[in-house]
Amino acid sequence: MATAEAAVHSEGKAGGTPAGGLWSWITTVDHKRIGILYFLSGLFFFLVGGLEALMIRLQLMVPENDMLSAEAFNQIFTMHGLTMVLFAVMPMAAGAFNYIVPLQIGARDVAFPRLNAFSYWLFLFGALLLNSSFFLGGAPNAGWFAYANLTSSQFSPGHGMDFYVLGLALAGAASIVAALNFIVTIINLRAPGLTFMRLPLFTWMTLVVSFLIILAFPPFTIGTIFLLFDRMFGTLFFEPSGGGDPVLWQHLFWIFGHPEVYILILPAFGIISDVIPTFSKKSLFGYPVVVYSGILIAFLGFGVWAHHMFSVGLGPIANSAFSGLTMLIAIPTGVKIFNWIATMWGGSIRFRAPMLFSIGLVAMFTIGGLSGVMHASAPADLQQTDTYFVVAHFHYVLFGGTIFGLFAGIYYWFPKVTGRFLGERLGAAHFWLMFVGMNLTFFPMHFAGLHGMPRRTFTYPAGLGFEGYNLMSTVGAAITLLAMLIFLFNFARGLRSEATAGANPWKASTLEWATSSPPPVHNFDVTPEVTSRDPLWNDGVALPAGEEKFHMPNPSYWPLVVAGGILVAAAGALVGLPVALLGAAVALAGIYGWSFEPIH
Amino acid sequence: MTDGRPRVPGHRRILIFTALAIASVAAACGGDFPQSSLLPQSDVAREIDSLFRGILWWAMAVFVVVVVVEGALIVAIIRFRERPGAPRPRPVHGHTLLEIGWTMITLWRIDRPPERSDVRVEVVGHQWWWEFNYPDLGITTANELHVPVGKTVDLRLRSADVMHSFWFPRVAGKRDLVPGRVNQLWFTPDSVGVYPGQCAEFCGTSHALMAMRLHVEAEEDFESWVEQQLREAVEIEEAGDPLVAAGRDLFFGAGGCISCHQIRGTVAAGILGPDLTHVGGRETIAAGVLENTLDNLAFWIKDPHDVKPGNLMLDMGLNDEQARQIAAYLLSLE
Repeated sequence: MATAEAAVHSEGKAGGTPAGGLWSWITTVDHKRIGILYFLSGLFFFLVGGLEALMIRLQLMVPENDMLSAEAFNQIFTMHGLTMVLFAVMPMAAGAFNYIVPLQIGARDVAFPRLNAFSYWLFLFGALLLNSSFFLGGAPNAGWFAYANLTSSQFSPGHGMDFYVLGLALAGAASIVAALNFIVTIINLRAPGLTFMRLPLFTWMTLVVSFLIILAFPPFTIGTIFLLFDRMFGTLFFEPSGGGDPVLWQHLFWIFGHPEVYILILPAFGIISDVIPTFSKKSLFGYPVVVYSGILIAFLGFGVWAHHMFSVGLGPIANSAFSGLTMLIAIPTGVKIFNWIATMWGGSIRFRAPMLFSIGLVAMFTIGGLSGVMHASAPADLQQTDTYFVVAHFHYVLFGGTIFGLFAGIYYWFPKVTGRFLGERLGAAHFWLMFVGMNLTFFPMHFAGLHGMPRRTFTYPAGLGFEGYNLMSTVGAAITLLAMLIFLFNFARGLRSEATAGANPWKASTLEWATSSPPPVHNFDVTPEVTSRDPLWNDGVALPAGEEKFHMPNPSYWPLVVAGGILVAAAGALVGLPVALLGAAVALAGIYGWSFEPIH
Repeated sequence: MTDGRPRVPGHRRILIFTALAIASVAAACGGDFPQSSLLPQSDVAREIDSLFRGILWWAMAVFVVVVVVEGALIVAIIRFRERPGAPRPRPVHGHTLLEIGWTMITLWRIDRPPERSDVRVEVVGHQWWWEFNYPDLGITTANELHVPVGKTVDLRLRSADVMHSFWFPRVAGKRDLVPGRVNQLWFTPDSVGVYPGQCAEFCGTSHALMAMRLHVEAEEDFESWVEQQLREAVEIEEAGDPLVAAGRDLFFGAGGCISCHQIRGTVAAGILGPDLTHVGGRETIAAGVLENTLDNLAFWIKDPHDVKPGNLMLDMGLNDEQARQIAAYLLSLE
């Protein structure tokens, strides 16, 4: 709490432009800069994961292709999943949490700014550690779900699975730390008058996702530690010949893995719940229902994990219960979809890029949701599970849903972060190409799966009828690549364009648009006072005149030292005990330095 | 950067989507799908298929509501700058309760153990091939499952190494082979034919190459197959052919084959690899990956890792001629 208190210590007005230079980024504790770091790192890994996806599609373009070996393909599909879930989508969402949430609640920073920097560095080191495995003897190759006992040292003798355990341990710890930070921030640092039922939906969904993270990651961490012990110390948690049970891993993994799906989609729901009202010039329809349905989705998300395990043979009672609970999730999700449509209905819609991507999300997520209901039904799932039908389903949810939502957020908040606009024509071209590319990639997969094509296969024989669908998917992936190139060009050009955005270019209603673009380092000259749900639309915000005294937290390199020490300790698990002890010593020294760092 | 008229007509996306859907459906109708879950050939598979089709129609109806509502909205916004002020749509969440009820009925129908088990088979998953034991008949074979039509087939599934999943889409849904557990699956095939299947749970390097075939046969064909399988190899292998004789010597000698493979009636009693007693009578080798011809078999024996990366079969350093001889011997084992 020291730093949080520091933020309110009176020490005159910080101001002006933030200092530049590499060192200032390395030592930054400013939520906006950390948000930018998260976002750019996430974007980088999104491109890495995208290249992996392209290699998968090239390999499967024709039957019996040998562009990639079986071993290379298995590493690449494993890393594609891990990268997209943990190192692309989550950090891009975290970038938005960091940058936008304190602005939306009228705060000067998050509750624990140095802890925030620590989360970022630990996530980055986890991502780099895991990806370094490509160059250090081979990446993990047992799928992102890493089902035991294929992951045992007998069946996965290389170091790939060790990188999996260690890289994800770091990334998971980073996520938990960040989530705690956002929970404390949102509960405690809201501006006067900004009650819970006045919070913007994006902040609401950040809060819900943060609770999901702190509840979902621990079971997964337990699973990975069991696996680490099995591999390194010869314990038998997942070893059937020693009384262990590989199905235990599946329970632990999916108790994490299913809420993880909501960790990925709810931020996108939050984004479009802010974007759709802005571009419809109309308040969100049924605000409390949208909030409650988000909470309900998160709650039910913890009770459905075994729908990933219908073919394991848990018996008709368990399968019935998990089928029923899974189908119930369709209700709050359907409610949200109709609330978004009702918001647009009767509004005055502006088809700007953020709105295009938001409407795209509503349509594509609906398809993903409906195919989800199909394999929520356990008997139907026995045919669909582990086939391309499921691949199609979750890409409609995570690409058509999450990625479209994140792009809506990028086009929406780019003017806030940079003071500049992304090109509208290029944005529309990006959207339409991506819309066509994604449908061409993933829609045929429904048919490939129903006609019997399993997932995670590095090749398929000619003659089973899969050829046409796979060719279509690969062409679609190429179109999606073109869309991404247009986006990158647009992004680079936008950064160099003139800063003409002004404080509130979209005439939006929420608090982040009350300050300049980009905001000053202290966000608001005076703490805003909020009296309504759409404060900028109905004079619901007061910015009292006069100067306020406050103190901004100092830059600090200790978070980086602690995260670096943990990285070295994790690497030590692979290299040897002395390195692990060295890393632990560095981390401890860093914690000491951090604790006694003077507040200037 | 002003709010002008929208540049992109909203109805175009519906057209594109419709075109895509039509293209996909057209492609779906054009081909031949021997492994399709949409062409059921057993009681269990038909139950699942009718449930799936029912849910599919509901889902399509919901989707049409969403797209039509959204599409109408967009068209309206483009056509009329005035706010239409239309009534808000009635929330339709699909018929969740109906779907749950329907699912439960199907689930209990297909998940209840069968009243009869006419043919019992023990299935053992290996990286990356299938072992089939018929405990009542005393038969062991690999990768090609023979069953009589119209009889209830009762499978007990287990794994020798990692998780696998048994899947013949035409006759049943998947059932995992879990190390340390015994799972059960059953179905009653209703049409004679040969149906492809394959492992559906990722099980390591050559997971994609763990295929199998289901031979659903008329009662008398199945019985003659059983009779053939019960004969020991020595009875049927008369080595008149010098290629076969040379291959036999290699198989039992320098080739080292017998340390892993069994040929009943001979000294070959290895248990790590598939039983080869009647390998010559199988249609495929290497778990459904190659047609069982002399050339393919020789290629497989010489370079097993070119065919199936990472598999346990050893590369014995044989030359082309030796591999051909062994292949000829094995093909004689009908």
